[in-house]
Amino acid sequence: MRKDSILDRIDWTVVLLYFAMVILGWINIYAAVYEEEIASEMLSLTYNPGKQLIWIGTSILIIFGVVSLDYKFFDSFAYIIYGVMILLLIAVLLFGREVAGSTSWFQIGSFRFQPSEFTKFATALALAKYLGDIHVKMENPKTQLIAAGIMFLPMILIVLQGDLGSAMVFAAFSIILFREGISPIYFIVGIGLVILFVLTLLVSKMIIFIVSGVICLVIIGASVKHPKRIIITILVALAIFATVTSVDFLMQNVLKPHQRTRVVSLVNPDADPLGAGWNVTQSKIAIGSGGFFGKGFLEGTQTKFDFVPEQSTDFIFCTLGEEQGWLGSFIMITLFVIFLIRVSIIAERQKTKFARIYGYGVLSVIFFHFAVNIAMTIGLFPVIGIPLPFFSYGGSSLWSFTALLFILLGLDANRMQVLMR
Amino acid sequence: MYDDRRYIIRIAIVLVAMIFLVKLFFIQILDENYKAAAENNIIHKVVDYPYRGLIYDRNHQLIVHNEPIFDLMVIPKEVHLPDTAAFCELFQITREEFDEKMDKAKRYSYIQPSQFAKQISNEWFASIADQMAGIRGFYPKARTIRGYDYENLSNALGYIGEINQRQLRADTTDYYKQGDYLGITGIESSYEEELRGKRGVQYKMVNVRGVDQGSFKDGKLDTLSVPGQDLTLSIDLKLQQYAEKLMEGKIGSVVAIEPSTGEILAFVSAPSYNPSLLSGRDFGKNFELLTQDSLKPLFNRPLMAMYPPGSIFKIVQALIALEEGVVGAKEQVYCDHSLIGDHAPQGYYDVRKGIMFSSNNYFVKVFRRIINQNPELSQFEQAPIGMDTWAEYMHNFGLGRPLGVDIPNEKSGLVPSTELYNRIYGTGRWKVSNLHSLAIGQGETLLNPIQMANLAAIMANRGHYYRPHIVKATGSSNYIDPYYTERQESGISAEHFPVVIQGMQDALYGTAGRAIIQDIEICGKTGTVQNPHGEDHSTFMAFAPKDNPQIAISVYVENAGWGGRAAASISSLCIESYIRGEVKRKWLEDYVLKGEFFD
Repeated sequence: MRKDSILDRIDWTVVLLYFAMVILGWINIYAAVYEEEIASEMLSLTYNPGKQLIWIGTSILIIFGVVSLDYKFFDSFAYIIYGVMILLLIAVLLFGREVAGSTSWFQIGSFRFQPSEFTKFATALALAKYLGDIHVKMENPKTQLIAAGIMFLPMILIVLQGDLGSAMVFAAFSIILFREGISPIYFIVGIGLVILFVLTLLVSKMIIFIVSGVICLVIIGASVKHPKRIIITILVALAIFATVTSVDFLMQNVLKPHQRTRVVSLVNPDADPLGAGWNVTQSKIAIGSGGFFGKGFLEGTQTKFDFVPEQSTDFIFCTLGEEQGWLGSFIMITLFVIFLIRVSIIAERQKTKFARIYGYGVLSVIFFHFAVNIAMTIGLFPVIGIPLPFFSYGGSSLWSFTALLFILLGLDANRMQVLMR
Repeated sequence: MYDDRRYIIRIAIVLVAMIFLVKLFFIQILDENYKAAAENNIIHKVVDYPYRGLIYDRNHQLIVHNEPIFDLMVIPKEVHLPDTAAFCELFQITREEFDEKMDKAKRYSYIQPSQFAKQISNEWFASIADQMAGIRGFYPKARTIRGYDYENLSNALGYIGEINQRQLRADTTDYYKQGDYLGITGIESSYEEELRGKRGVQYKMVNVRGVDQGSFKDGKLDTLSVPGQDLTLSIDLKLQQYAEKLMEGKIGSVVAIEPSTGEILAFVSAPSYNPSLLSGRDFGKNFELLTQDSLKPLFNRPLMAMYPPGSIFKIVQALIALEEGVVGAKEQVYCDHSLIGDHAPQGYYDVRKGIMFSSNNYFVKVFRRIINQNPELSQFEQAPIGMDTWAEYMHNFGLGRPLGVDIPNEKSGLVPSTELYNRIYGTGRWKVSNLHSLAIGQGETLLNPIQMANLAAIMANRGHYYRPHIVKATGSSNYIDPYYTERQESGISAEHFPVVIQGMQDALYGTAGRAIIQDIEICGKTGTVQNPHGEDHSTFMAFAPKDNPQIAISVYVENAGWGGRAAASISSLCIESYIRGEVKRKWLEDYVLKGEFFD
């Protein structure tokens, strides 16, 4: 049998999509910080586009490193990698450096490192390792508990760092649990809670109590002959009551003031026009002014003149929306959809449960970042600082998404060898 | 197993993408509002800084106001300089500084204005206005700094400075931004929230060339700034100025309180400084000079200096002894000089005479009785019990803990406790003879000048006080925190005061003859505080008139010797000035101003 090279076996569709997005991202970063007067210096290391080129270059090194590693490495070391990342998260809490209100960075010389970025693939590996065991059954409550524990441990540590946005990403791994067969009831309840939460912010609590009370009474009245149904209805009613009353507590005690205003300004953008509302309003004006074809490359005015904050990182989509218009946005979103579905196809064709679950881990993280980042720039979700995969400026983020993805491609390239074992 | 779920996941992905595209379709293509805001216009956020509240004295004399100054702003994209060297000369900066500032501005933004030079005075700006013609890209931004009508009260007023990183992080309300100014010390700091007002914001449409196109959404989102509230101080500026004049060339404090309200009438920390030094362009330079001054003009002595109270403390011992019933008001006690050295002659003393002549031995004897009230126990066992009782009285007098004055950084003073002596001598190894010096206000006890003045107010009120405060009212509503109108009890019954007060009145004929004023009945007590490091400190506390008192005062003059001279004279002059409105005793004024107290 011909011993073919890894280059023949790797999934080129995804590789091409990856490079397409990274290059489009770089072009937008260039446009976001472009100034006519300093055009000649744009590629120097004092400006983001120049620095991003370095991150892209080093990412290619990471790709070679990750793909040339033995495909069995990640399976064998999954728990160890996870354990090390947990220890790093604890260490960063104790010795980390505070940047913009959260202690999530290590600083070694001029090099900064954010462990929470790399905890994402460590957690995906650990979940894959645990759920990949042939004896583990998703339907088993103990399995569900342990899987939830693997997800929540890093989540809690990252919340303690004050980085609520990064912590929320870990909730995305519930997509894995869904694929592996956990009951959909959890998702129905989860989505129900979110809807209830938003409703509580929008309308008076009394109205919710009355409406849900009447509905429950009707159901109870209609099911006199089904005592079980009555009990469930009463339990649901109690749960609604508890959720609605705990919204205030959550808003007052768990969220920080700036997070609270972001949630409120989503419901009512004029509530805080100076702070959270300002960012979203500016972001929407930038995108909204793009029209169908956009203003053209380097022709954007909103993003260029610093009216949108953090336009090369979390708000990079504004530049694209303004300069490339709806058409550009359509192309970019389509790229993401094709990419994510391709990742799902790759995950499904794996021969081992471990590789399949890891594949869905990759999909979960990237899908969550994509969905939440764009939703926040167009005012569908509170502003939380998380980057748009492959597009946003930043080393830690690009490196971690690259590693996350290419570990999967490495596993995929070697999927046939699993049978030969 | 569950293989079909792959389709649900893929459908969810497509669904999210569809939602985004529909939403984008709305804001990018259908909604004309964004387009209107967008064609060639951008929205500028202009912060409208409120006026800081003004500060008046109790007679509505303006003490602190706002003065306009300018920051020089730069928009790098618009800069056009016919002659850079001339520009540098105009603003008195070197070419290197110019380049550095310009680079910083460019790094911040090409389009948005940023600060080039800070705090240029109105006059200076007017003088260079002509030369600014032809220079483009630089423009003035009006701001205000504090201006002072008088050179008084600096330590109480405090100063304003730029917010630092630590304060920014500590600001949980998210109000302050980098570069904001806030009160750092004094009233400016403790009343920061009242004084600062509320920022406003205006959203302006500006085209790409930076030309104003009017307000955004007809100003629907604009907020007006709310000016800060004015403060009315309880300070009597005339008394304050007079007291400061008397303290010139001396080190120490004068604190005067209106006993019936706890309002601070005068608050002198000497030596002081001109408050204008810490406002405006030369803040940094002047601050450096003031901190290096060996006389520490920034040290807020009335609240932060801790001194042994000396003999003025004896009146507190007298009241405690009477309340505890260990000595009768008329009880005669024979005093020789066996217990402690004394200026008072040997003989029989009662409370009144003990205070009048400041007899050390009388008060040590009285103090022994307060401490040793349980004759069935050994002296070592009695001491801690008596000590605890005594310390509780001290706390009731507002001593040994902060009084709650509305000026920051108040020190608590020191009232020794059982624990302190246990640490010094060992538990069960000390007795009353170790504590003798406390009776006469020496030893470990330390008080602030404001606590001494408050003591005088308690005497004036015959047993109670109101927490001393310097702000009489905030805003136009004359609001005052109820914290300062709550009556505080000293725990001594009113019946014990007359005899002690009589002793204080007599003391003027015993130890403080210079303090006597014709037609005003002053009750006072001198103190000459032994100072191991140099000359004794001179102290005096008093209130007047005896009936219906209007002023309670404490004066502490470091290294000025006997209490009957420097401190008593200054107190008496302040009382005369406040009650009578003028000072007739020019000879005494000259004596104080000359400052030769050791002749």
